[in-house]
Amino acid sequence: MKEILTAKPGDKLYLLGNEAAVRGALENRISVASTYPGTPSSEIGDVFYEIAGEAGVYFEFSTNEKVALEVAASAAVSGLRSFVWMKHVGLNVAADSFMSLAYTGVRAGMIVLTADDPSMFSSQNEQDNRWYARLGNVPLIEPSNPQEMKDLMGYAFEVSEKFGLPVLMRTTTRVSHMRGVVDMGSVNVGSKIGHFVSDPTTLVPLPANAYKAHKRVVEKLQAVQEFANKSEWNRVIDKGGNLGIIASGPTYNYAMDIVKENNLKVKILKLTLTYPFPEGLVLDFLKSIDSVLIAEEVDPIMEKEVYSLLGKYGVNKKVYGKLDGTLPMVYEYSPDILKNALSKAIGVKLPGKALLSTDLTLPARPPVFCPGCPHRGMYDAVEKVVKELCIDAVFPSDIGCYTLGYMPPFHKADYLLSMGSSIGTGSGLSKFSGKRVISFIGDSTFFHAGIPALINAVHNNDTMTVMILDNRITAMTGGQPNPGMAMEGKKEISIEAIVRAIGVNFLTTVNPYNIKASHEAIKEALSTEGVSVVISRQPCVLIVPKKKVTFMVDPQKCTGCKICINEIACPAMFVREDGKVVVDEMLCNGCGVCVQLCPEKAIIVRR
Amino acid sequence: MKTYSIYIAGVGGQGVVKTSMVLGKACVKKGVNIVMSEIHGMSQRGGSVPAEIKIGDALNPVIENGGTDLLISFEPAEALRAINKCSNQTIAIINKSPIIPFTVSLGISQYLNPEEYISELKSKLKKVVVLDAESIAKESGNILSLNMVMLGASAAVTDFPVGKEYLIEAMKESLPEKAIEANLKAFESGYELSHKEL
Ligand SMILES: Cc1ncc(C[n+]2csc(CCOP(=O)(O)OP(=O)(O)O)c2C)c(N)n1
Ligand code: SF4
Repeated sequence: MKEILTAKPGDKLYLLGNEAAVRGALENRISVASTYPGTPSSEIGDVFYEIAGEAGVYFEFSTNEKVALEVAASAAVSGLRSFVWMKHVGLNVAADSFMSLAYTGVRAGMIVLTADDPSMFSSQNEQDNRWYARLGNVPLIEPSNPQEMKDLMGYAFEVSEKFGLPVLMRTTTRVSHMRGVVDMGSVNVGSKIGHFVSDPTTLVPLPANAYKAHKRVVEKLQAVQEFANKSEWNRVIDKGGNLGIIASGPTYNYAMDIVKENNLKVKILKLTLTYPFPEGLVLDFLKSIDSVLIAEEVDPIMEKEVYSLLGKYGVNKKVYGKLDGTLPMVYEYSPDILKNALSKAIGVKLPGKALLSTDLTLPARPPVFCPGCPHRGMYDAVEKVVKELCIDAVFPSDIGCYTLGYMPPFHKADYLLSMGSSIGTGSGLSKFSGKRVISFIGDSTFFHAGIPALINAVHNNDTMTVMILDNRITAMTGGQPNPGMAMEGKKEISIEAIVRAIGVNFLTTVNPYNIKASHEAIKEALSTEGVSVVISRQPCVLIVPKKKVTFMVDPQKCTGCKICINEIACPAMFVREDGKVVVDEMLCNGCGVCVQLCPEKAIIVRR
Repeated sequence: MKTYSIYIAGVGGQGVVKTSMVLGKACVKKGVNIVMSEIHGMSQRGGSVPAEIKIGDALNPVIENGGTDLLISFEPAEALRAINKCSNQTIAIINKSPIIPFTVSLGISQYLNPEEYISELKSKLKKVVVLDAESIAKESGNILSLNMVMLGASAAVTDFPVGKEYLIEAMKESLPEKAIEANLKAFESGYELSHKEL
């Protein structure tokens, strides 16, 4: 990772798109970088976390995306170049401040990167954040590969400064998580100390000021549109013929490869600065062809721009895309999907390979709690107590590794909307569902968006139990720090102190590796009127991987009842051919939860 | 240069991404272009981890159906899961030891005899090399060198676009110093075994 900072101009590195973006920032006078982690953008933060100190860049993992955006914006109005990034849904959290950014403007380059996730490899929805450029009145840039992710950082800063607007950069999983060979330029980092000049009529959008600002923004966008028409990043690759393709982001790569492989005569318009939509350029392009295929993921945004252009100028061309059913309305594209669409547009079936398939049953391999994961014991304990007390419970869940409590054998997730929603929906469900509410939320998620909802529940005298699964890290996204952790130069925030200050009726902290103590804690919480909170505290095995002991099953004692496996589904435990259970020494992390479950006391320390 | 497509299949924790990193570095050294697509996220917690790689002039790393030249699978069921990316021209290098997912232990899904998965592939692909990479790694002195056994075995495939010398150089740069000896041994053993079979 260090190489991303230390590589010399002219060097070539094999980088992820996300890593290349960091280098791009370092080569273009970045001063301030901030984020809240989220796949597929997380590696940008992981790299900055490693190198920011040495590079002389200010970097922080903020409490949530809104705060991260505000930190970056404050740098931009102090004359420092700033960069903030997040996963697509993170921009929903940051949206309130994002929507004012164009109105107030920026005084130095500011890039807001959104990493969209077509096909939802690790997300709760497939929203297309190109809409946010339109909603927030900011220019939009879409890279296609790691080299472009690096090179476009400098370009985006220039556009941002030229027009005094922040720039939205949209990547997708296939670009952020694509690796490629990237050429290095020279590192040139900005100063960390800026200079803020007070100008309230511009920077404070009181209604009277916002009224003027909106007009200013629209004028700026008209100027950006002229600029986009001539941008060197929006260009035509002319291979002849009467069919055109308009492509942005990863679909450009698919289109180019298919055209080359099949020697097709088509004209490709690669759009990179895609909003404001470069009408002049696109209109000229449309006039040079008979029909056009629009290759974009996820929503038909450029496609509708094209229809509107054709209508506006009374030009008639055939448009292939999502709206005529040539391409699907959902999910990411693939080379095969695009090849089919091109076949339709040219009227000739492009050759493909014979498809292979199998009739054999393959095992399902969904993600699972790591061996030794602290979440496992707590879910098991809740299950047992709920059964014992015959409670008709509902389980609002939240986003993190602990969402895997959804999986068998736990089935402890009934409702989930977004980060922090377990407490907000829990507050509502406690009144409307007719059930006893037990909400699950992680430490990072609690800081991110759980606190206002907990205040709401206490204020409204709701009766619910909140399980705060504090594994001392933001695990799901790869193990980033959060405000609850002790770190050099930072102040550790106590979850207990926050919860107590909000005034809950019951609070206790328990080690989830201790099943008996966990039972007691949950029982007490469930018999409390009002809001009760159980903090389950034990570090994620990713941060304390050193195992002191591992366990094994004494085959003499094991009766093959499978209570251990059926209750906690630890991936280090397997059933042997004779029906007895074995523990894999390599995989076992020594948490000892299974030991406490075995009725035969057959699970013992491995010597 | 003709594009060479490699599909690496495995399970979280087996070192799929690390393998592709070594391969990438070797390509940079040789001066050939490489692109790869990896899927992170939920895959870290014991899920399937696929990586798609193209070496040559391709811009896009995602392999079309049937487009794989070389399938490298760290696990038998994961190899068969990639069948739609393969054709009767595909060569496969497969580690024979299964990793049984928790869904099988819970009885809600089924893992057939791994031999069945392998013979299914043998009947459909051009050539399948099966290795006991786990034992080879152990013999080499480090169980974690399993991925380098697989890389070594792949390097013995005739069309493999990067030579051993580049791969070894890349390994020396990418792996922790104290692990290099075992990994080089693992790599060589994988190479020899697969070379004999191919
Ligand atoms: C608004 C938003 N930002 C970021 C994410 C990405 N994300 C998914 S899980 C998670 C971390 C959760 O951490 P924590 O609550 O501590 O649970 P753990 O994974 O450690 O169990 C994040 C940041 C998201 N889904 N939504
Ligand atoms: S990474 Fe940590 S929190 Fe996530 S499943 Fe593994 S042990 Fe549990």
